[in-house]
Amino acid sequence: MKLSLGPLLYYWPKQTTEDFYQQAMSSDADIIYLGETVCSKRRELKARDWINLAKELNHQGKEIVLSSMALLEAPSEIKVLKQLCENGEMSVEANDIGGIQLLSEKKVPFVCGPAINCYNAHTLKLFVNKGMHRWVMPVELSRDWLQKALTDAEKMGIRGQFEVEVFAHGHLPLAYSARCFTARSENKAKDDCELCCIKYPQGRATSTQEGQQVFVLNGIQTQSGYCYNLLNDIESMRGLVDVARVSPSSIDSLTTLQQFKQRILGAEQYVKHNNLQCNGYWHQIAGLSLQG
Amino acid sequence: MELLCPAGSLPALKTAIDCGADAVYVGLKDDTNARHFAGLNFNDKKLAKGAQYIRDHNKHLHVAINTFAHPGEEKRWFNAVDKCVDLGANAAIIADIATLDYAANKYPDLELHLSVQASATNTAAIDFYQQNFNVKRVVLPRVLSLHQVKQLARNTSIDLEVFAFGSLCIMAEGRCYLSSYFTGESPNTVGACSPAKYVRWQETEKGLESRLNDILIDRYQADEKAGYPTLCKGKFTVDSIDNEEKILYHALEEPTSLNTLSILPELFMANVKSVKIEGRQRSPAYVEQITKVWRAAIDNYKQSPADYKVEADWNAVLANVSEGSQTTLGAYHRDWQ
Repeated sequence: MKLSLGPLLYYWPKQTTEDFYQQAMSSDADIIYLGETVCSKRRELKARDWINLAKELNHQGKEIVLSSMALLEAPSEIKVLKQLCENGEMSVEANDIGGIQLLSEKKVPFVCGPAINCYNAHTLKLFVNKGMHRWVMPVELSRDWLQKALTDAEKMGIRGQFEVEVFAHGHLPLAYSARCFTARSENKAKDDCELCCIKYPQGRATSTQEGQQVFVLNGIQTQSGYCYNLLNDIESMRGLVDVARVSPSSIDSLTTLQQFKQRILGAEQYVKHNNLQCNGYWHQIAGLSLQG
Repeated sequence: MELLCPAGSLPALKTAIDCGADAVYVGLKDDTNARHFAGLNFNDKKLAKGAQYIRDHNKHLHVAINTFAHPGEEKRWFNAVDKCVDLGANAAIIADIATLDYAANKYPDLELHLSVQASATNTAAIDFYQQNFNVKRVVLPRVLSLHQVKQLARNTSIDLEVFAFGSLCIMAEGRCYLSSYFTGESPNTVGACSPAKYVRWQETEKGLESRLNDILIDRYQADEKAGYPTLCKGKFTVDSIDNEEKILYHALEEPTSLNTLSILPELFMANVKSVKIEGRQRSPAYVEQITKVWRAAIDNYKQSPADYKVEADWNAVLANVSEGSQTTLGAYHRDWQ
């Protein structure tokens, strides 16, 4: 099983971002995803900067993939997507069907990202024919669901044509909206947001009136309030999952990668999760639940 | 412009037709549609009757097959498509790629509409569905501004259907897993958001509490009107970075309904093919009131576009059946964003 460092979902200053990735190059990640997937207004690194950073890091022993936006509305956002598709050397993670359309037209191999609704092997087959080489399962699906889809893929004779990646650590991206919830939390209009999400490098924790942390607001994206953690579920991923994804939240994510690496290599130490962690989706129960 | 109305039952379907709907959309009595609620939707017998009623009145029937096929159980979704064809329905509204592929290959003459749950918000995504499955119409997610709807209308050859009225989904439809995060069940997987079986109401000293799978969604004082605990419409607090007092508010969205009567002329000018009313889960009485108002509005506009204005009594009727008794233009108006 390989490890990936997912795309940065938060908005960090340029220098912080670049420093983070320089350090990530000596981490346990086999694959690094680079790019803005949440909001096209975040331009500390513009598309060109992401591509340049990706090129700089490419061919240094890690697979580099460019990630693209999940919610594409404006023609300008499609233009940026085209720019990523035309990078000439790296694979692209599509997070919208529009991305798959452009990548398959240009015959660029792609990763089907977690924000694309791919729920069964028939869909996988169609995507494989379009150039998909890796599928990141939608975050709400379980081990059981994955197993069934892969059994079907095996029967269709396509199982060998793509890798399976599972979101394994971090706050889960759960929803995308026209509205910016971070701007709303500061009583700002989206058009006049002053890019205030840069003040919240891990998003804004949101709780019920009883203090239960239910969401993390991250611009137009709503994340799980608890941190998803499949560290204790590695054994049940073997044979099904080719890549486990760690979603970056801070420099500590590189330590998380190390923990996953040890686990994959056979360390059997059970890690006690705190009450702000969850793994329910993998066990086919409410996402915020914690089992085991 | 087509007026497309919801029907969760045979009486609602007949009411919609009687009150002036051009077309009605329905779902089967299983998890192949995104309003899979107890006591709602059509078994084979009722559906045959409904289809006949619609044919007798020369109107159109659309069948929503808009959840995602479970692996190993695709047959249920494919059977729903077969049923739709056997009935002589005018269109199937589909979200799942496996189901679209099946329908396009097996029934090249069946008109396919891309469900809002497929979340196509841009020309490249629309091209994908048009080129691969010959989709004729796309139902646009309620995240686009009016400007963006107009841009799409100019840049694609596909027919556009937009939501005109009803409960407002603030997330890009089909790409929201908040419901399964709380309950294990989502619109994509089981065809329901914030399912009723997880809802609990409790009178407490602090007020009337609504919970979803035990998680507190809202708490109402005696003078407040309580609403269904759809989780994105609850009241929450947001952590502050500078130790300010936390404010309790609708962090995502107030309970409110979408109402586009005021932009109807612009929807006409953008060449929008169909305006859709949300609410298959609502009563025949709701369907009656909404259908009458929208019929009158569309007819008024067609009769004399320059004189079109929203009548006060239309809005009064709509407010009466709206969530939280309020309406909004939603994402169509940039201020909302």
